[in-house]
Amino acid sequence: MTKTEYQVVGTRPVRHDGADKVTGRALYGADFQMAGLLHGAILRSPHAHARIVRIDTAKALAYPGVKAVVTAADFPPAPDKLVDFGEGATPLAYVRGNVLASGKVLYRGHAVAGVAATSAHIAEEAAQLIEVEYEPLPCVLTAPEAMQPDAPILHDGLRTAELGEKAQGRSNISEHFRHILGDSKKGFAETDVVIEREFSTATVHQGYIEPHNATALWNNDGRVHIWCSTQGSFVVRDATACVLDIAQSRIRVTPMEIGGGFGGKIPVYLEPVAALLSRKTGRPVKILMTRKDVFEGTGPTPGSYIRVKIGATSDGKLVAAEAYLAYEAGAYPGAMVGPGGMCVFAAYDIPNVTIDGFDVVVNKPSTAAYRAPGATNAAFATETVIDELAEQLGIDPVEIRLRNAAKEGTRRADGPKFKRIGCVEVLEAVRGSEHYQSPLEGPNRGRGVAVGFWFNVGLPSSCTINVNADGTVNLVEGSTDIGGTRTSVAMQAAEVLGIPVEDVHPSVVDTDSVGFTAVTGGSRVTFSTGMAACEAAGDVIRQMKERAAKLWETVPDKVEAGRGSFRCNGHSATFKELAAKVGETGGPVVGRATVNPRGVGGSFSAAIADVEVDPETGKTTVLRFTSIQDAGKAIHPSYVEGQMQGGSVQGIGWGLNEEYYMSRDGMMMNSSLLDYRMPTSLDLPMIETIIVEVPNPGHPFGVRGVGEANIVPPPAALANAIYRAAGVRMRRLPMSPPAVMEAIWSK
Amino acid sequence: MQWFDYAAPRSVAEAVSLLDGRPDARILAGGTDLLVQIRSRRRTCGLVVDGKRIPELNELSFDPAAGLTLGAAVPCYRIYGDRAVRSAYPSLAEVAGLIGGTAIQGRASIGGNLCNSAPSADAVPLLIALGAQCRLAGPGGGRTVAVEQFCTAPGRNLLGAGELLVSLRIPAPAPGFAAHYLRFIPRNEMDIAVAGAGVSLRIQDGVIREARVALASVAPVPLFARAAGEALAGKTPGPEAFHQAAEAARAAASPITDMRGTVEYRRHLCAVLTRRALEAAAREVH
Repeated sequence: MTKTEYQVVGTRPVRHDGADKVTGRALYGADFQMAGLLHGAILRSPHAHARIVRIDTAKALAYPGVKAVVTAADFPPAPDKLVDFGEGATPLAYVRGNVLASGKVLYRGHAVAGVAATSAHIAEEAAQLIEVEYEPLPCVLTAPEAMQPDAPILHDGLRTAELGEKAQGRSNISEHFRHILGDSKKGFAETDVVIEREFSTATVHQGYIEPHNATALWNNDGRVHIWCSTQGSFVVRDATACVLDIAQSRIRVTPMEIGGGFGGKIPVYLEPVAALLSRKTGRPVKILMTRKDVFEGTGPTPGSYIRVKIGATSDGKLVAAEAYLAYEAGAYPGAMVGPGGMCVFAAYDIPNVTIDGFDVVVNKPSTAAYRAPGATNAAFATETVIDELAEQLGIDPVEIRLRNAAKEGTRRADGPKFKRIGCVEVLEAVRGSEHYQSPLEGPNRGRGVAVGFWFNVGLPSSCTINVNADGTVNLVEGSTDIGGTRTSVAMQAAEVLGIPVEDVHPSVVDTDSVGFTAVTGGSRVTFSTGMAACEAAGDVIRQMKERAAKLWETVPDKVEAGRGSFRCNGHSATFKELAAKVGETGGPVVGRATVNPRGVGGSFSAAIADVEVDPETGKTTVLRFTSIQDAGKAIHPSYVEGQMQGGSVQGIGWGLNEEYYMSRDGMMMNSSLLDYRMPTSLDLPMIETIIVEVPNPGHPFGVRGVGEANIVPPPAALANAIYRAAGVRMRRLPMSPPAVMEAIWSK
Repeated sequence: MQWFDYAAPRSVAEAVSLLDGRPDARILAGGTDLLVQIRSRRRTCGLVVDGKRIPELNELSFDPAAGLTLGAAVPCYRIYGDRAVRSAYPSLAEVAGLIGGTAIQGRASIGGNLCNSAPSADAVPLLIALGAQCRLAGPGGGRTVAVEQFCTAPGRNLLGAGELLVSLRIPAPAPGFAAHYLRFIPRNEMDIAVAGAGVSLRIQDGVIREARVALASVAPVPLFARAAGEALAGKTPGPEAFHQAAEAARAAASPITDMRGTVEYRRHLCAVLTRRALEAAAREVH
């Protein structure tokens, strides 16, 4: 098969939103201003677990400048039902309960009340004047503790979905699922070596730079307008409508620029509160979070307890594997353990597999998605066990992975059979890389590798393309841009239209102005919205052929189109020439498409890490790091590389230092960017990238989606590198200096 | 953020009279601790007294005989930008570049670092090692105290009602003198010390005549480890002497377990950092 030649796809144009971003003119949520704007503040729980006995708002309401106070009592009564905003069905009570606590607070930082005042300072002061009487309850902070029969119970009504059946009795386990492939017990009997290890990973936060924000205006006509930074404007619309029990169509959400999300800006936190405050005051209300609010009051990724057991024959063939995954959902069910179960052994063709997953509620913030949610925890376990197996069997760590790599036709334990995937190609790229081939010299240094998988998602996207008389087009989409997707989507439209990408003007618009578009998540925008743009561009081409046919007095089928020109019977016209004539050939041309694509292509990613460990302090310095990923097709290689670098850096932070450091009574002790210790540019080498392209047959250009898989392998790659540098196997994240030092001491 | 009053006195006397009788008043030098504390409600403050317009608090002058006068509000960038400081006290210039990032160093002062009285203050162990003295002014007049006596508990010091730190006085370095501060942080910048060690040595004729060791983040206050310094006096600089001093530093430390490290780990770091800082100081002498 010859490589397709593209005009636009695969090039590196300047991003359409670049000028606004570099000049500081891009408007983020906190920049929003409006006449009569009030400022809101949220009162948050000081306890990890407590019953709310009484809330008295009188003093706050009497404070000069205060216009309104709201609590959960201000939610309109609504029957409980299951709601789904694209991440699985959840009882409405849980969604509401996380927005404003009712009856009990379930974590420190849980929102209890909102205040609107004439200034942010007054609102903040007034929030402190709200008197809340709490009856503190014992708290439980980790999955293994919360699973104990005598553990404090978070939700009286929660019953375990035990292998599909509702269990009897109260529990903190919301779900137990099991995936079975072959017979793992039998499989282990046929192995020569079996390794079983226990792992735990800390709660970590996505750490986006921009804190959450929302402004709401409840208009006199009963319509609500919300401005916020979100990964999904339609999610905000639909979730706010459910929480407030009003029709979706009464809410219009305008997405502002977004300063990072990584999965954490999917849930609603402030929007319904701002809306309620606006309804009470008749004025627009803006609420901003502080960094502390972000850490304590929004959704981090689950901490987890994991056991992985893998058996192989002496020639390195993996025969059987078992995993036990217990993930901390935080205060409400939904720990992303499902994806953990899908990804834990996804890189390997293992005939006998059993995977048990447990979704466990604990007194920590309700978790949210974080870049390949659930997969990084699981890969940390699997990939370090694989590394141990390779060592015991005397096989190169890349070689053992290649011998067992999943490929087209491999069945995952959770059901699906892989279509065309690039696991082998990614591993071959690792093995062939200058980095892996280069020697690593010097004391206390080591190299580690790991591989990871993320399945990616499709979901609906809509797009319209309006042809301008000057030959340019305006592309209207609903996918908020967190990774340069305006450009990667516009490039696909430009390729189909045969015009320069600079002639495509992409806009991310509000929910009244574009067809339903699902969340920016699951690495889906360049894939799914890109496909919508391709189809909308195809619709434009079809209509332009009609116009050419009219001009040339022929039928549209006879008009040939390609590379931006139209030809028939000796006539020819460029896209631009034809665009100038749309007025005289029938009026405006608008291409439209809405897609819900099924041909999603999962992405594999690998990491090579070189580290040096200070044997006296336990500190790990990353000397060199390479990220390798199958992009399917890199539409804009710079943004693909940017995603790979970003995911790698977040994975390195997760691996080495990041954690919610909790006191026994459930207080997060390090809720600042100073103490939370994400890596800075001074803690990292340049992250090198190798893009692998195994086209996804389910997309016109072969796109897979590259936002997530890259975060999956870094912690495991670092653990494997630390082992070779310091001789210690790290099985707990983070592998912080004191943790590594303690491991060295107990060697 | 809570409301507070603000005053910007032009003299020490005016500052003292503003502070006197106002237990809710705080002096502002760079504000990089104070304003953050007020914003995050860790401190309430009814009156902020800006010290930056008082000449004595902005003095930075070196005299080869008398040593260095460092006004309490002199920001870090002036310290490491000062030729005399860089030449006579390279370790002080270095520590001024360690506090915060570049932007913070435009405001933050060593005097403020001391008055904030955090056990983790990076400048304070070095000031102790350098033998610095604090010059205070108050309603009852002035007094001078050694830096190692200044801090009394986390966030507390011996400043009385109406009293403020005017300046620090650091003796002129004698021949054969060198000092060094090392801290351990999990990241490479922008972090609070898990432990730190400030040391000074005066080596004459191949023998350590005098040494001082002080530690950060391993006690309720920046800790003067007197015994560690005394263990070095009269010894030949080298692995054996430094090991003994390191062990004395380990023994002097009384850390707690918190998000930055465990008791055991911090004690261990005291020994490692003391030894490494001594090695660096000794290299500087030669």
